Amino acid sequence: MSLGYYVKSFTLWEFVKAHWLTLKYFFKPKATINYPYEKNPISPRFRGEHALRRYPNGEERCIACKLCEAICPAQAITIEAQPRDDGSRRTTRYDIDMTKCIYCGFCQEACPVDAIVEGPNFEFATETREELIYDKAKLLENGDKWERAIAANLAADAPYR
Amino acid sequence: MTAFFQNLGLPFEGAWLLSTIIGILVIALPLMLAVAMIIYADRKIWAAMALRRGPNVVGPFGLLQSFADGAKVFLQETIIPSASNRTLFLIAPIITFTVALMAWAVIPFQVGVVLANINVGLLYILAISSLGVYGVVLSGWASNSKYPFYSAIRASAQMISYEVSIGFILITVVLWAGSFNISTIIESQKGYYGFLNGNGFNPLLFPMAIMFLISAMAETARAPFDLTEAESELVAGYQTEYSSMAFALFWLGEYANVILMCGLNAILFWGGYLPPFDWAPLYLVPGIIWFLAKIAFFFFVFSWVKATVPRYRYDQLMRLGWKIFLPTSLLFVFLVSGFLMLTRYGGAQ
Repeated sequence: MSLGYYVKSFTLWEFVKAHWLTLKYFFKPKATINYPYEKNPISPRFRGEHALRRYPNGEERCIACKLCEAICPAQAITIEAQPRDDGSRRTTRYDIDMTKCIYCGFCQEACPVDAIVEGPNFEFATETREELIYDKAKLLENGDKWERAIAANLAADAPYR
Repeated sequence: MTAFFQNLGLPFEGAWLLSTIIGILVIALPLMLAVAMIIYADRKIWAAMALRRGPNVVGPFGLLQSFADGAKVFLQETIIPSASNRTLFLIAPIITFTVALMAWAVIPFQVGVVLANINVGLLYILAISSLGVYGVVLSGWASNSKYPFYSAIRASAQMISYEVSIGFILITVVLWAGSFNISTIIESQKGYYGFLNGNGFNPLLFPMAIMFLISAMAETARAPFDLTEAESELVAGYQTEYSSMAFALFWLGEYANVILMCGLNAILFWGGYLPPFDWAPLYLVPGIIWFLAKIAFFFFVFSWVKATVPRYRYDQLMRLGWKIFLPTSLLFVFLVSGFLMLTRYGGAQ
C-alpha cells in the first residue's frame, strides 16, 4: 500500500472520474427511441404478424397445398380443405395459433404462391390468449390491411431469393 | 400568526394550536408534492445517465407520472400476510412516514421562517432520524418473512454505524458555530474570506461536508448503500410483504427523508437559505429560493451517485463506516476543536 493509494482513495479519485463520465453521458443524446411515437426502421425480411394475401382480382392466393402446415416446426398451423363450387381447391379452415408460432418464416418460404407471409406488423398484442388464435378471416383481413407494405417488401427482397 | 388568531377572539392556547397546525400543513403538503416531483426527477436523472428517456408519457414530459403511480398504488388491495403481526405490520410504515415528516419542524426555510425554533434543533434531528430505523426494523420483524427480516437486521446495523460518524460530523459543525440551533448555525456560515457563505468553504470542514454527503446516502439507504432493499439479494427488503397504501407510505417517507438529508447538507455545510456568495444583491432573492435550489442540487448529486456507483457489499459498507468514517471524523473533531481552542478561545491557558 503506497502513499499514492491512500491519496487516491481519500480524494475519492475513482469516484470523481466515474461521476465525470456519467455526467458526460447525462448530456448525451438518448440511445432509446421514443417508441410509440418513433419506430426503428425494419428490414423487408422482417417476420412479423401473419397475413393471407389475395390476387389483385380479389381471389385468395392460398391453394390449400398444406406445405406450410407440414413444415411448421411449432405445428401452429391447422388447415382443412375442400373443392369449392367452381371446382378449385381452397381452404375451408386456416388457423394459426400465434401463441405457438415461433416466427421462423418457414411457412412463407414453403408457400408456392406467396399466399401466407409474415408482414411488417409487430404490434398485435392482445388482452386475452383467445384473440391470438387467428382464423382464416382474420388472416385474410390482415392481408388486405397490409397488402401494400407486404408487396413492397416482397419486391424489395425478390432479387436476393 | 398566533397573534392574528388571538385578535379574532380565540384564547392563546387555541390560537397557538391553530397556527401550529396551519404551519404543519404549509410544510407537509408542499413536501408531499415535492416528494412526488423528486421521485419523477430521480427516475429522469437516472434514465438520462443510462441514455434512456425515463417517464415521458403521463402528462407533459411525464410530469404526472408520480401521481399516476400514486393513484394506482392507492387503488390496490392492501394485503396483510396471515402470519404477520398485524398491528406492528401496519404501524411500521406509519412510523417511517411520520418520522420523515417530523424532522422538518426545525428546518428553517428563510430568516426566521421555522415551525419550531428550538435551541437544540440539530440534536432533535439526530434523535428523529435515529427513530426512523424503527419503521424498518418493525416492518422487517412484523412481516414474519425471511427477506424482510434480513433486511431489517442490515438496516439497523447500517443506520447505527453511520449515525455514529454523522454524530461526530455534526459535532464539528456545532463546535464551529458554537450552537445547536439550526438558524444560528446557518447565520454563523456568513462571510468566509469575506465573500463566501458556507462551512464547506472552510478547509477544515470541507472533508466533513463530503463525508456527511456520503453518510447521508447511507443513512437514507440510497444507492450505493441500498443494501436494505437489495433487489438481487432480498427481493425488496423490508418492503417485500407490503402493498398498496402501506408501500406508498414507505416510499413517501423514504423520499421525504432523502429531501431532508439534502436540506441538512445545504444547512450544515453550504449556508442553508443564505446565497452562496456574501454579496448584497444576492440577498434580494428570497432565502427559500436559495434553500430549495441547494436541495435540488444535492438531490441531483444523490441521483447522480445512484446512477454511477454500484451497490456496496455488506462488509465493505461496515468497513467504510467503522474503519474509515469513524476514525476520520474523530480526527476532524480533534482538529476542529484544537484549531478553535488555539484561535477563538485563546489557546492553552
